[in-house]
Amino acid sequence: MSDFFSDGFFKNINLQDSSNWATDFVQDVIIPRLPEAVAGHFSVELGTVIVMLVCAGIFVAVVPLLPLVLVLAERKVAARFQNRTGPMRVGPWGTLQTLADGLKLIFKEDFIPPQGDKVLFLLAPYVIFACSFAVFAAIPFGQDILVSDFNIGIFYIMAISSVIVMGVIMAGWSSNSKWSLLGSLRSAAQIVSYEIPLGLSILTIVMLVGSLSMREIVASQDGGIFTWIIFRSPFTFIAFFIFFISAIAEVNRTPFDLPEAESEIVAGFHTEYSGMRFALFFIAEYANMFAVSAIGVTLFLGGWQGVLPGYDFLGGLPGFVIKTLGLVFLMMWLRWTLPRLRVDQLMNLCWKYFIPISFFNILGTGIWGLIFKEDDVWSIGISCAIIYIALISAYAIAGRNLARRPEPQPS
Amino acid sequence: MEFTLKTFIFYGFALMTIASALAVVTVRNIVHAAFALMVTLFGVAGLYVFLQADFLAATQVIVYVGGILVLILFGVMMTSGRLEMRIHIERGQLLLGGGISLALLMLLLTVIANTPIWKNLTDDGTQLAPTTERIGQLILNEKFLLPFEVVSVLLLVALIGAALISRKEVRD
Repeated sequence: MSDFFSDGFFKNINLQDSSNWATDFVQDVIIPRLPEAVAGHFSVELGTVIVMLVCAGIFVAVVPLLPLVLVLAERKVAARFQNRTGPMRVGPWGTLQTLADGLKLIFKEDFIPPQGDKVLFLLAPYVIFACSFAVFAAIPFGQDILVSDFNIGIFYIMAISSVIVMGVIMAGWSSNSKWSLLGSLRSAAQIVSYEIPLGLSILTIVMLVGSLSMREIVASQDGGIFTWIIFRSPFTFIAFFIFFISAIAEVNRTPFDLPEAESEIVAGFHTEYSGMRFALFFIAEYANMFAVSAIGVTLFLGGWQGVLPGYDFLGGLPGFVIKTLGLVFLMMWLRWTLPRLRVDQLMNLCWKYFIPISFFNILGTGIWGLIFKEDDVWSIGISCAIIYIALISAYAIAGRNLARRPEPQPS
Repeated sequence: MEFTLKTFIFYGFALMTIASALAVVTVRNIVHAAFALMVTLFGVAGLYVFLQADFLAATQVIVYVGGILVLILFGVMMTSGRLEMRIHIERGQLLLGGGISLALLMLLLTVIANTPIWKNLTDDGTQLAPTTERIGQLILNEKFLLPFEVVSVLLLVALIGAALISRKEVRD
């Protein structure tokens, strides 16, 4: 398998030389290995298309497997948090439960609301699904495991994920149901608002690294855990938390799950969907959750780089997946711990706290960059010291405030 | 002309843009028109990629599809009671609109006729580099700094205006 990757299978396009990795792969690897009689008639163009389709196929095949695992994980985590056992019946410890649920969904009736807008209703799941998948094209899973190294990597990801909101509006409007419409409008307002702090916190990293390319952002974090961008300056430390909280809001998870608040608007924008179309929304949701965690790991937590410089510990594809699943677990933890926000709290948090803090971060990163020209030991040491002191004092303040709060009286 | 993979994809994007743009102006349902506009904007972004303007393509999607189109849809959904409306055109409008369209067509045809040769930009040796860095340098240089700042002030004015209009009247 490693031989397969080192053949340059996933080596990439760069607008600079306008060559194409798939074409190179066909010319350098496939054609020399073909029997002579066939090689003469083999079209490189056609080969390129086939190689690209195969690559896309790998992702389309692998990514739906993620929800299969993540849904089960979520149910098990939730169960543990509530002192239950979770699904236990299907397969050992209930491990085949999601598969059984998926099969059930496939055989369910595919109901289309007769009063709704049929074309848009059928189209909406695909818009959301396609956009969540397109994000995976620019995420570097390992040194050479990257479908496409765009020069504008992270900007491309932001652009594509901003289209998801169109799918949500499409689904909500075409269902012709008040719950769906309310859910989709809430979702649109939320996504459009939280995109701003998300983009601004990404901008601090772009300022620090000086590139939009995902590959270069990961390459700049190659000196072990203290060169990971989260520890490079106190401002990126703040930016990570703003990024992560905004990302939870972007994927509509509790405490920001107003668009699909069960107790208020049934299930939000996918109320009217059933069967496989509902499953598509479900898969897209969990794929999104994995994708934003993977982006967080790439931008702040060293991507596929290991913890220690020169060692492969927690590095490469396995390390990347472990770190990403760590963030996914954090999201699940938050979901089963915190209650849902109100709409006004949601908007206050975004516009009155996150956006000003993000602007402060950008200013701070600029000043930090002026003081420390290069990323040397000093700058990282000072930044870690500041982060440490800030965390300790925050802990102390929080502890004192919590201690002062009166005990709730039993009623 | 040699028919390669690139030309195939190019014509795909061109067809997508033109067909959906036609749909935008002919479809009766406003929401359908708005979603057709999304496809048009995507097609234009694809054409930008063919011109090696990668940054511009992503900006096109993020600003127009992710921002402006969402606002248009919000506006349509919140305001209009009837989505199927009969759009009737008066004679004066027809003349004016036809005249302007004809003038635009003549202008575009002149540009097309005066373009010497259709050629692939990469063929004549000029190296095409990523544009992000150059756009940044041009905007923050003396050359385009003033227009850039003027535009940002304009946006700030629009922002404050919007906040002023939408704010509740406070009586004291």
